[in-house]
Amino acid sequence: MSILGHRVLRKEDIKFLTVGGTYVDDVDLPGAAWLAYVRSPLAHARIAGIDVTRARQAPGVVDAVTAQDVGLAPSRMDADEIPEVMARPFLATGTVRFVGEPVVAVVANSLAEAVDACELVEVDYDPLVPVVDPSMALDDDVLLFPEAGTNVVTSIGEPNVEGVGEGSLFDGCEVVVRQRILNQRVAPCPLEVRASAATFGPDGRLTFYVSSQTPFTMREDLAKMLGVDEDRVRVIAPDVGGGFGAKIEPYPDELLVAWLARRLSRPVRWTETRSESMLGIGHGRGQVQYVTIGGSRDGKVAAYYLEVVQDSGAYPQIGALLPDLTKTMLTGTYDIPKAGFFSRSVVTNTTPLTAYRGAGRPEATAAIERSMDLFAAEIGMDPADVRRANLIGADRFPFTTVIGTQYDIGDYQGALDLLLEVSGYKELREEQAGRRRSAAPSQLGLGMSVYVEITNADEGTEFSSVEIRPDGKAVVKTGTSAHGQGHATAWSMVVAEKLGLSVDDVEFVQSDTDIVKSGIGTFGSRSLQSGGVATRRAATRVLEMAKDLAADMLETAPEDVVADPAGGGLQVAGVPSARKSWAELSGAATERGAPLLAEVDYEFQGATYPFGAHLAVVEVDTETGKVVLRRMVAVDDAGRILNPLLADGQIHGGLAQGVAQALLEEFRYDEDGNPLTTNLADYTFVSAAELPSFECARMETPTPKNELGAKGIGESGTIGSTPAVHNAVVDALAHLGVRHIDMPTTPERVWRAITAAAP
Amino acid sequence: MIPARFDYRRAGSVGEAVALLSEFPGAKLLAGGHSLLPLMRLRLAVPSLLIDIGPVSGLSYVRDEGDHLSVGALTRHRDLELSEVVRREAPVLSYAAGQVGDPQVRHRGTIGGSLAHGDPASDLPAVVLALDGTLVAEGPAGPREIPATDFFCGFLETAIGPDEVLTEVRLPKARGGWSFQKFNRRAQDWATVGVVAVAGDGRGTGPFRVALVNMGLTPLRAAAVEEAAAGGAGPAEAASRAAEGTEPPSDLNATAEFRRHLASVLVRRALEEAMAGERTVA
Ligand SMILES: Cc1cc2nc3c(=O)[nH]c(=O)nc-3n(C[C@H](O)[C@H](O)[C@H](O)COP(=O)(O)OP(=O)(O)OC[C@H]3O[C@@H](n4cnc5c(N)ncnc54)[C@H](O)[C@@H]3O)c2cc1C
Repeated sequence: MSILGHRVLRKEDIKFLTVGGTYVDDVDLPGAAWLAYVRSPLAHARIAGIDVTRARQAPGVVDAVTAQDVGLAPSRMDADEIPEVMARPFLATGTVRFVGEPVVAVVANSLAEAVDACELVEVDYDPLVPVVDPSMALDDDVLLFPEAGTNVVTSIGEPNVEGVGEGSLFDGCEVVVRQRILNQRVAPCPLEVRASAATFGPDGRLTFYVSSQTPFTMREDLAKMLGVDEDRVRVIAPDVGGGFGAKIEPYPDELLVAWLARRLSRPVRWTETRSESMLGIGHGRGQVQYVTIGGSRDGKVAAYYLEVVQDSGAYPQIGALLPDLTKTMLTGTYDIPKAGFFSRSVVTNTTPLTAYRGAGRPEATAAIERSMDLFAAEIGMDPADVRRANLIGADRFPFTTVIGTQYDIGDYQGALDLLLEVSGYKELREEQAGRRRSAAPSQLGLGMSVYVEITNADEGTEFSSVEIRPDGKAVVKTGTSAHGQGHATAWSMVVAEKLGLSVDDVEFVQSDTDIVKSGIGTFGSRSLQSGGVATRRAATRVLEMAKDLAADMLETAPEDVVADPAGGGLQVAGVPSARKSWAELSGAATERGAPLLAEVDYEFQGATYPFGAHLAVVEVDTETGKVVLRRMVAVDDAGRILNPLLADGQIHGGLAQGVAQALLEEFRYDEDGNPLTTNLADYTFVSAAELPSFECARMETPTPKNELGAKGIGESGTIGSTPAVHNAVVDALAHLGVRHIDMPTTPERVWRAITAAAP
Repeated sequence: MIPARFDYRRAGSVGEAVALLSEFPGAKLLAGGHSLLPLMRLRLAVPSLLIDIGPVSGLSYVRDEGDHLSVGALTRHRDLELSEVVRREAPVLSYAAGQVGDPQVRHRGTIGGSLAHGDPASDLPAVVLALDGTLVAEGPAGPREIPATDFFCGFLETAIGPDEVLTEVRLPKARGGWSFQKFNRRAQDWATVGVVAVAGDGRGTGPFRVALVNMGLTPLRAAAVEEAAAGGAGPAEAASRAAEGTEPPSDLNATAEFRRHLASVLVRRALEEAMAGERTVA
């Protein structure tokens, strides 16, 4: 029986639950100096002068450097869309553009001395008018980069100038609904904040420890910054306490640690504080959306248009490019005949936006799923029925949407049917009707979303190698870079299944650029379908090599050699005595100069499209506006599931973060660009106490895109749940005349919506 | 997140703590540390010396003194939550203590620290106010009593002198109807608005005393509500006067306007619950 598909316990957990993990801050680095940053207290200002004299003289201080001392060229994300003049300097140069931007780097013998010395740095700022609201950035009244001549970084598509009248997309629609929807800025909040540590060996090679999802990208950027070849740099990401997309792109403040270590000929380390992290690590979402949806009273949607203003923050990074993915997933699970999209990404005096769990797809799903509910409410139809009337049929895959995205395979109707059944939707609607009749202060709301998303969206390859060690155990080295997902278990399962080993007999190696030959990393729900498939192919190659070898040694044909059912080696089929253990095979292979090692660069066959249907049941206290999530029912289909335990873990975490966006979390600024939510209390970070026990039902529709049949599952929970919860809150108040409430649906917003709707 | 430099001394007795306070004007007492240390880490508080009163023995207790309870200043929230005497004689205090922060906070924080900190958003000050408690502070001149109604002077300001230690809280028994309505967005949060209501005569028939959390610069008694209730007004009618005399803050969780609205809803619910009579803590 194959081990695949079983709830194999996470082998990495023994360490985490006993001695604990080793994070960058735990790495022993004798003699290291500590780095702390002086950060801008203003959103937008010219730097009139910096005086580091007193800081340099403070006890324990080793160095204090400004942009001038650093003299490095600004780093720009490698994307044609992003103008050169908007590149981000390593330390603020001439102008500060967001609160929290690093201005001066102070290095001292201890962290406390570095922090104390930061208070002695004097920076003279001439305040400039800040641009905080992305919609106002469009006016170009104040420019963040005057050389650029505009705050617009990049745009996609054309505005819908025809509106909804004759000749427009919406020509002929019986009903047209429009709504402005805020997909608010959120903070990813990985529990391990950013950290890096650098040390140069006697050979002048750099070893760099960093909390990252992409060690190989980090190596590239470090080599570029230092002006050395990549083989002079070793990057190690030890245990990483979460990333959520925000640790994909290297940050200047983490890279500079290596530059300082070289300058000072001494190891240097840096770990940001939570308050710094709330400003320093990239934020997510940040879209102002304008939706228009039109169709007929029988529930058929005929046309859909989405306009997006994407907040990119002070320096454009991945965040500026999110609308591209939003556009890709524009029409979601629905067969909508006509659709349009227009987006503009703008810079503002705020923390730069980056990828955050879903990155562009949750925004697309939120827009279309809210639109479906708005449309349903307008024509007085049950939102489930409206969806059913428009879902792409299971018999139509591969399906190309009106926007040109080709979905691999799906069964959206099946997901919705299963959701309605397992949630007891009909009974819930009856309960809701009862509460409405009784006019009780606590009202029930039901909200759903039927989502589809894109995983492993980039073209390319991922690396894995599998080798049999002399002791007969296997070692897998992979280019993906897990940070909580459970790859050690999953990859070991893939190898164990092929080679007839136990999961514990597979050693798992990742995130060390000296040990793993190459790699891309872990993000975009890509890993199993890239690195996992590469691993399977490598294991398959090793098995073939071993069979050839065993056949030769046992004087039989390779076709007659099979894995020993008892494990631990190969044997001639039906002849248990004619057997070679993996240790014997490894030894013989090495002797013959052809070790049992396979290295695979697996080239993917295109993106995959996980889908599902989520239902949220909320209770809303109509007197206080407080929303309590009573149930969260999720049907998720990510193709064939390798390990349901790991998949559930991804779904649960994803649901929690998705719910949090709908109900609690928003990164806020005042009108001067001062951040207001710089700790986990003010930010109202979600906790277990705010969440019900999740109810998960699984579907498995294998994708034809890879031999594991696997799609990604890392982000689906977040993508589907936010609009489900959001729709539920509005639904609870629909009978009071409420049509929309922006997220997060705080008590005050809910109360104001009820008050405003009251006749 | 790293506090400024400070010295640290342990006090073995109240007398020793008072002597140290007199000697070092920049000093601060350290009890559970759950209000003081966060401020120090943000460098919003920069005491030159911390006098740890944790080692002072005999300051953590609950005593039944006949008509009232005496509670030692170092009694932790968790102890109040579990104390059989408190659950029986002042259930509202036990219940409210169980609503403070999260379990870690409740295991460290003390009632003395909570009162001395004088945060209008804290739960226990309003409870002590509603119970008409009396606080005992000890300074160089010996102990003195301060009625709770005179204790809270301003935002994070109390009647305790710079060289005084709060040693005890005395609370009249309150076995009658009671309610504590804490409204917050997450279970672990401070109250956006909180309301304490207790029946004054200990039998659940009033006059009711009502106190408000986070509706001004200090914890407040809702005098207008108490007056209306004493005059026979029902919960809804009395609650309509909840915001009278308050100056609620506007912050990330709520505007002042919304707080006023919440106060009226929560006072109504509190009165309804308190008027329903005696109740044990679940
Ligand atoms: C995450 C978190 C959540 C919280 N949530 C809540 C909540 O929901 N509700 C709530 O009410 N509180 C909450 N608190 C605060 C908590 O209850 C504190 O423990 C309490 O307010 C202070 O008590 P302490 O013993 O920790 O005092 P400390 O922090 O040690 O001291 C606070 C202040 O009082 C002074 N002080 C302490 N003891 C004495 C004394 N005996 N005499 C004179 N002065 C003294 C100190 O010098 C200091 O100025 C929370 C705290 C945290 C960290």
